[in-house]
Amino acid sequence: MNEVFDVAIIGGGPAGLSAGIYSSRAKLKTVILNSGSFGGQVVLTDEVANYPGVEQTKGYNLAALMKKQAKDFGCKLIGNIEITEYHLHDEIKRVVLSDGREIKARGVIFATGGRPRLLGVEGENEFRGRGISFCATCDGDFFTGKEVVVVGGGNSALEEAISLTKFATKVTIFHQFDHFQAFPAVIDEAKNTPKINFIMESRIIKFLGSEKLEAVEIEHIPTGKRQIFKTDGVFIFIGYIPNTEDLKGILPLNDRGEIIVDSDMFTGIPGVYAAGDSIAKKYRQITTAVAEGTIASLSLAEYIKSKVKKLENETNLVA
Amino acid sequence: MLRTSLHEIETAEELKKLQEENENLMVCCGRMGPMCIPVYDIMEELEEEYPHVKFAVMAFDNPEAAIIRNDPACRGFMGLPFTMYYKNGKTVKATTSIQNRQQITSILNEYFQK
Repeated sequence: MNEVFDVAIIGGGPAGLSAGIYSSRAKLKTVILNSGSFGGQVVLTDEVANYPGVEQTKGYNLAALMKKQAKDFGCKLIGNIEITEYHLHDEIKRVVLSDGREIKARGVIFATGGRPRLLGVEGENEFRGRGISFCATCDGDFFTGKEVVVVGGGNSALEEAISLTKFATKVTIFHQFDHFQAFPAVIDEAKNTPKINFIMESRIIKFLGSEKLEAVEIEHIPTGKRQIFKTDGVFIFIGYIPNTEDLKGILPLNDRGEIIVDSDMFTGIPGVYAAGDSIAKKYRQITTAVAEGTIASLSLAEYIKSKVKKLENETNLVA
Repeated sequence: MLRTSLHEIETAEELKKLQEENENLMVCCGRMGPMCIPVYDIMEELEEEYPHVKFAVMAFDNPEAAIIRNDPACRGFMGLPFTMYYKNGKTVKATTSIQNRQQITSILNEYFQK
């Protein structure tokens, strides 16, 4: 591919799509490269009720609309790709795809997002879809009349536990700490929901069953005491990890693997910016990702403009 | 009704007909939900790459989808979507919950060689 784009965006979630919308609307030739389906984790969100200007919508509807907007402004979208090489230090940046294609651009925005964190214990992969789930909305009704466990202590865990009480006869929340990280209102609602029980300072160390999940082995962290806890299902909501494994040594990362940027979303490498859930930040919301995508796009546009201006001045001097 | 560009199977009889007419058939049985949409998206993209495979979807809540829900290969499944792979009318593989492109193509390459 000899075509040189102005902007190459790696990642097609809200940050990447917002950057794509802004860049292509500014008449910059823009491509978004995405490893999976466009929309990122928003697609995995059932109801979105706090996106300003949109009273309530399905996550996939919001993602589909963002994708359409980017496409309508002329942004090129390439999905389901794998990047094998990054060359970011030259004036024209290059990324090489696993099929050998090379994408060239004057600037790059990394918006690789994150993915749900797993417990990393025995049986977790084996029982995925056979009792272990990451989506109460999708799989909740399989557990009608059954007893389930929710792992986690943040907003997602508690909100999903509350929604699971529509189906399950009993919901037990396991959390590794002695307090929750969720907002106080969410904690209150969970505590006031009769079907919800809490087991604090405990963690799952093994999933047990034959054809499907039947129990978990849990450990009380302070005492190390272990016990078998019978359950029909486990829903895991323990946060996210950034998709930056292949960026080690390429971009500045902190010890959590998050990309370090300044307030302009600049990574420190000329022409290279980052936005969304893969950057080091405190709050991970659709709105923050969208804002960072916008800032990265505008910052990169300014960088490209300054490069073009410099080139024009040099040309004038020679003439 | 599923909002995808893939062919949607409405009845059990139609599924049987598709199995008879297509040596290789992949059917994703789900809802318009977070775990299912990524699978539909991948199937839409694979339609061009795997012309020897027929790709279709079926709504999980359609009573006619009992033919998939009750398939012995789906015993113990508790995660949407249920994705079925049929070769010459026989179920050769079934998966539960979300799958990525690599997982899907490795099944297609194993069971539905060109």
